[in-house]
Amino acid sequence: MTSPKKPTIHSTGNPGLVAWFKSGEPMIWLNGAAVALSVIAVTGLILLLAVRGFSHFWPKDVLVTTISYQGSERSVMGEVVEELEVGGQQLREAGFELKGSGPFYGRTLMKQGNRDSFDSDFVWLIDEQMGDKAWPNDVTVIERLEWGNFYGYLRSVSRDGETIADEQSSPDQRWQAFSDLIADSVAVREEIHYIERVTIGYINHDLERLRLRERTLELEDALTAQQQLKLASEREELDAQYSVLQEQLYRLYDSIDRHNYTAELVDGRIVELPIAKVVRAFQPNALSVMGKVLMYFEKLWEFLSAEPREANTEGGVFPAIFGTVMMVVLMAIMVTPFGVVAAVYLREYARQGFVTRVIRIAVNNLAGVPSIVYGVFGLGFFVYFLGGELDQLFFPAALPSPTFGTPGLMWASLTLALLTLPVVIVATEEGLARIPKMVREGSLALGATRAETLWRVVLPMASPAMMTGLILAVARAAGEVAPLMLVGVVKLAPSLPLDANYPYVHLDQKFMHLGFHIYDVGFQSPNVEAARPLVYATALLLVIIIALLNLAAVNLRNRLRERYKSLES
Amino acid sequence: MQTHAIDIQALKRAPLGDALAPSETSLRVQDLNLYYDQDSQALFNIDLEIPKQRVTAFIGPSGCGKSSLLRCFNRMNDLVDGCRVSGKLLLEGDDIYAKSVDVASLRRRIGMVFQKPNPFPKSIYENVAYGLRIQGMNKKRILNEVVEKALRSAALWDEVKDRLDHSALGLSGGQQQRLVIARTVAVEPEVLLLDEPASALDPISTLKIEELIYELKSKYTIVIVTHNMQQAARVSDMTAFMYMGKLIEFDSTDTLFTNPTEKQTEDYITGRYG
Repeated sequence: MTSPKKPTIHSTGNPGLVAWFKSGEPMIWLNGAAVALSVIAVTGLILLLAVRGFSHFWPKDVLVTTISYQGSERSVMGEVVEELEVGGQQLREAGFELKGSGPFYGRTLMKQGNRDSFDSDFVWLIDEQMGDKAWPNDVTVIERLEWGNFYGYLRSVSRDGETIADEQSSPDQRWQAFSDLIADSVAVREEIHYIERVTIGYINHDLERLRLRERTLELEDALTAQQQLKLASEREELDAQYSVLQEQLYRLYDSIDRHNYTAELVDGRIVELPIAKVVRAFQPNALSVMGKVLMYFEKLWEFLSAEPREANTEGGVFPAIFGTVMMVVLMAIMVTPFGVVAAVYLREYARQGFVTRVIRIAVNNLAGVPSIVYGVFGLGFFVYFLGGELDQLFFPAALPSPTFGTPGLMWASLTLALLTLPVVIVATEEGLARIPKMVREGSLALGATRAETLWRVVLPMASPAMMTGLILAVARAAGEVAPLMLVGVVKLAPSLPLDANYPYVHLDQKFMHLGFHIYDVGFQSPNVEAARPLVYATALLLVIIIALLNLAAVNLRNRLRERYKSLES
Repeated sequence: MQTHAIDIQALKRAPLGDALAPSETSLRVQDLNLYYDQDSQALFNIDLEIPKQRVTAFIGPSGCGKSSLLRCFNRMNDLVDGCRVSGKLLLEGDDIYAKSVDVASLRRRIGMVFQKPNPFPKSIYENVAYGLRIQGMNKKRILNEVVEKALRSAALWDEVKDRLDHSALGLSGGQQQRLVIARTVAVEPEVLLLDEPASALDPISTLKIEELIYELKSKYTIVIVTHNMQQAARVSDMTAFMYMGKLIEFDSTDTLFTNPTEKQTEDYITGRYG
């Protein structure tokens, strides 16, 4: 017979695995691990994008070296982009004769630029073939409007066909003359750009309006001879203005066209090139750290504020930033009221029953429809059907060229609004459901009608929930690309959808978008190597912009929450 | 045989003489039945007359229908799906459930204060001004006057006069409940319905509310639902005891607590059940 055990409050010896599980400790570790993994994944992604993307703007030193292979020797010059190890077997199979015997060989990717003089602007070099390395101070990097970067030595500078600095002049003098001319031509180019884009833009806009007016009158059979005369005289006036500007443009072009520079390539060839095509020139090997930092920010600013050039592989992404933000804002303006109204009906007015349940299920399922399907729907319904009808009704004068019957900003925003509608509806409904019944009753008991209660008490209290919906909607919409390709995004838009021409906001225009820009630059570009850093930089920028848009919304929501904090406790 | 669980005279704050003087009828209930569903009836054949400018208390165990009856007076039950009322409910002779009645106007005449304080997430000022604002009153001067008057009559003015623009949610529970009373009083109703107004409050706040009820009685007809018999005895002039959806006994508070006619009433007030 065993004696009855005395109950104890102390833990007894080895608790064993079961007790350990019961203690809940494994769950804590599991949860912690999940959080840690997410954090690592996110920071890793951001770090990768940041390192790969933003190192691109750092002015790298330019290496000059020789490559000797099978008895021949040639010089190469360029920026080292990437270094990696490859197996010798692989190289031998590719047809290289290798001197060494090791299993691995270093290879270097060099950006040699000069796409107009060499076959390609990126070359892979095998390290063992490289001779002495040098970083001469007088190596000049010239960023150009065409053909990518130039790497070489500046030899002479000529203004209007007259040489003003050559080999006899001191390098400083040469550089000074070169820099001055570049500054001149950049200023003139800006002027040209302004005239072409803005001033002539106005005139073209007015001319188009005249044409539309004439066409409208024609369609209404109201085009009298008198009006024709009037229109003709207006057109003449605009034409006259236009030819004056044209003249001015010719003169400006002329004034910089004949500035040239000659430079020596690494293989000894001398080339003469126009200064009018130079964006900026610098001698990276001679730059101090401070100089490089300045250059870095200059290039970073260019990336953020300039338009793209060279098939989007150079220059900036400003139109894409602008397009992305504008589209998201328009989307938010469209989706919020619509989603809120729908949610209010579903939760506040509709009789809760079978039908509302079916509608809820349908709304939730809409959130799971692949976005490309929305794109196809947007193209078919919004663009062709709605847009086509709008054109028939309001813009018959412009036909057969479509105004709204073609992909554009409005349809893209609307398509994304539709895509994000379920999110807003669900979030708002949840917010409405959380409002205590007694607050509504309090309002009703004071003689308020249901509508007044809704408007003055319920909706303000549900506003944080609406903001939550909006935040989720923005996060989803800003990163969406697939449907946009069908309803309005283009690789290169000639002008921003917001400008000084009436009606200022051009909802019918096509626009650029960072997400599509990434796709285009990274995967549709003829020059993948040149574009790759920009893909990273653009991706990081997109992430940052989405984060900023979200932060703004979160901030607003927190303020609303503070104001309408719930009545519990 | 008399069993006194409560010494009524000791609890009363004032002599009853005035309270028992005959009074006009404010609300008249005639043969009222309330159904929440086809087969669930909450109130059975209630007949009741609530005197003007008196405090009438409804007592009874949980689920006896006292709150349901109270919510019939300002048609709060309309919000419940499937709720149906038969019989008559008259305010000053007007049928509350007549088709032509505008519920919003009715609720302006019959204000209600709920069990838990439910201030709106607005400033103290806006809470009190709410009822006037929905009536379209936007004149600052008048609003200021009404807000001050209402807060004074709810004995809250001195505590909040310096922070009228602060959120009402920052007030204590007792203050919130008095704010809700001020909010209700601001629209100048004739009847105040109080649905267990002190049940969520601490004793001190409860005491303040009770004092307030005592003050308000000179201007309003007050109907209070309470599960606290001492409270009913302290504040009310008339008391109705309800049980299982039926009105068991309705009499002056004094009589009901000291000399109940019904056995059930006596059992309840002596604490034998409920």
